[in-house]
Amino acid sequence: MSAAGSKVKIRVRDLTVSYAATVIQRGVSFDVKEGSIFAVMGASGSGKSTILRAMTGLLRPTAGSVCYGDLDYWTSSDTQREQIGRDFGVLFQGGALWSSMSAAENVALPLQMFTKLAVPSIDALVQVKLSLVGLQSGRDDMPSHLSGGMRQRVGLARALALDPQILFLDEPSAGLDPTSARRFDDLIRDIRDGFGATIVMVSHELPSLFDICDDGVFLDAGKKTAIAHGAPRDLRDHCSDPAVLAFMTRAIPIVPTPAPPGDVHGPH
Amino acid sequence: MTDSPRGHGWVAQVRDRDLLLVLSQNWAELEFDPAELAPLQAMLQHGSWNSVRFEASQMARLGSPLLAFLDSIRGMALRLNIRFDETGLPDTAKKLMQLIAIAPPETGVPRRPANFIERIGQSVIYAYGELSAGTGLVGQVILRSGAALRGQARLRRVDVLASLMEAGSGALPVVALVNVLVGGIVAFVGAVELRRFGADIYVANLIGVAEVREMAPIMTAIVMSGRTGSAYAAQIATMQGTEELDALQVIGIPVDDYLILPRVTALSLMMPLLNLYAAALGIFGGFCVAISMLNLSPAVFVTQMEDAVTIPEVLFGIVKSFAFGAWVAISSCRIGLRAGRSTNDVGHAATTASVHGIVGVIMIDAIFAGCANALGI
Repeated sequence: MSAAGSKVKIRVRDLTVSYAATVIQRGVSFDVKEGSIFAVMGASGSGKSTILRAMTGLLRPTAGSVCYGDLDYWTSSDTQREQIGRDFGVLFQGGALWSSMSAAENVALPLQMFTKLAVPSIDALVQVKLSLVGLQSGRDDMPSHLSGGMRQRVGLARALALDPQILFLDEPSAGLDPTSARRFDDLIRDIRDGFGATIVMVSHELPSLFDICDDGVFLDAGKKTAIAHGAPRDLRDHCSDPAVLAFMTRAIPIVPTPAPPGDVHGPH
Repeated sequence: MTDSPRGHGWVAQVRDRDLLLVLSQNWAELEFDPAELAPLQAMLQHGSWNSVRFEASQMARLGSPLLAFLDSIRGMALRLNIRFDETGLPDTAKKLMQLIAIAPPETGVPRRPANFIERIGQSVIYAYGELSAGTGLVGQVILRSGAALRGQARLRRVDVLASLMEAGSGALPVVALVNVLVGGIVAFVGAVELRRFGADIYVANLIGVAEVREMAPIMTAIVMSGRTGSAYAAQIATMQGTEELDALQVIGIPVDDYLILPRVTALSLMMPLLNLYAAALGIFGGFCVAISMLNLSPAVFVTQMEDAVTIPEVLFGIVKSFAFGAWVAISSCRIGLRAGRSTNDVGHAATTASVHGIVGVIMIDAIFAGCANALGI
């Protein structure tokens, strides 16, 4: 059952993102409701992660706004942006762990930097976060000695370190085996239910999308804009757009065959 | 009546043989302090308790501090054989507590730090391993060089050319700058001392011999170790981290052929040429200082230089440069190959390659100096 409320937590309006002169997506608009798990969907290269970068303050959009409450992130002052960013937790693709620190140190660093907690309190919280993501061993291992799945878990524990109100997940279950991916999905839902966090996730893992997401937006790589809005399950069952249907049903889109030379008028 | 143990967001109440922990406030905004649990622990240790229960109707919101609190209480109850009854907790807290598995007790003997003797032993074993691996790599490079000359090595000509350009023309500006300045400095120091004995004219001999025989080879090797050697180590270490080396091995391309050979060939061939270039520029730097400070005529400087610098001196410098180039390339590649797979290891490999390269160059130079003395060169 959805735990999403009716209050809008993030409002994205007419967002255009580009790398240099290359426009990746233009005019993207959507609302993320508080307490929801929102999916940013689309094929590879459609700009899902780029939209996420614009939402998390890593890439300035060419146009449009990303509002948290009443504040537009990109027109806010540095202090306001820092304040908004304090509510974020971000899980990057592959975990993006700091390689010179152990798993436990990766999780402890945000607590050391942004709280005044004593060492025993930080240790206890790190223990809880790592246990929460199912990391029972390897807490003192360096990231290079952890498997991909373990790195992903530590990345999530780090993203949860400061109990963020908004959690951004970039391909959270990519590279995980089906059982681990399912457990990861359950964990994401439990975190939303337990902590009341709003979760925005970029993914093209269909089981995850259908299983846990309440709402979403579908980005099209060809048209370079959002072509559908709604829960992944609803899009699968009710959307008539061929690109969305092909994605949701893993069908291979039919590309019209070009007419042979000399047959420009077609059959009569 | 004694005060009940309490802390931020909780208070303990006794119910017969049960301990009831009443939770309140917004735990998302509270800070968990393990020290607050000491009175509670003492109470549990000194009583005969049936269970620890919870009452959470007053609690506004849960957060990580609550989970840390509950985890600590659960650990205490487990150790004291008291039932941990979580029925009074909100469903979401119960779910999250199920995810936080009970930490298994510590097993095994804790690792003891090595003592002094053990550390010496470990260092010797490590040094022996490195020496074996390094010698093996030198042998492999020599063998594969023969194969490459016969056209049997798995390497691309374009990679060799790129390496030659990177190690050769790419290094010209920095080698020039360093050697002109070093030549000037040698001339300046020499001029100050020789002038006191009226031997100004011999500054040309000093510059010529010092540059051709020692300064140009060594300064060029040091520059190339810092510039190219560390780059080799960083490149190969990065490839290690991104599994590019594994990909090469899996499809049957020997790393020695594809990565090491072009680099060793490039630096070994380019270093003698850079040495000649460096010596010429070093002499030019010295010439400028000598002409301007000692009022030597250019013709006299050149005549003195021709007398002092002989062909064997030049050849000696070239042979040394070849050895320096081979050492810097092989040691750097070896350091890159044995690097770990993290980004941190890349930086470490680059630094280590630079240090090993420079120290090795000085040591090889000392060996050459000893040999030259024995042979009367």
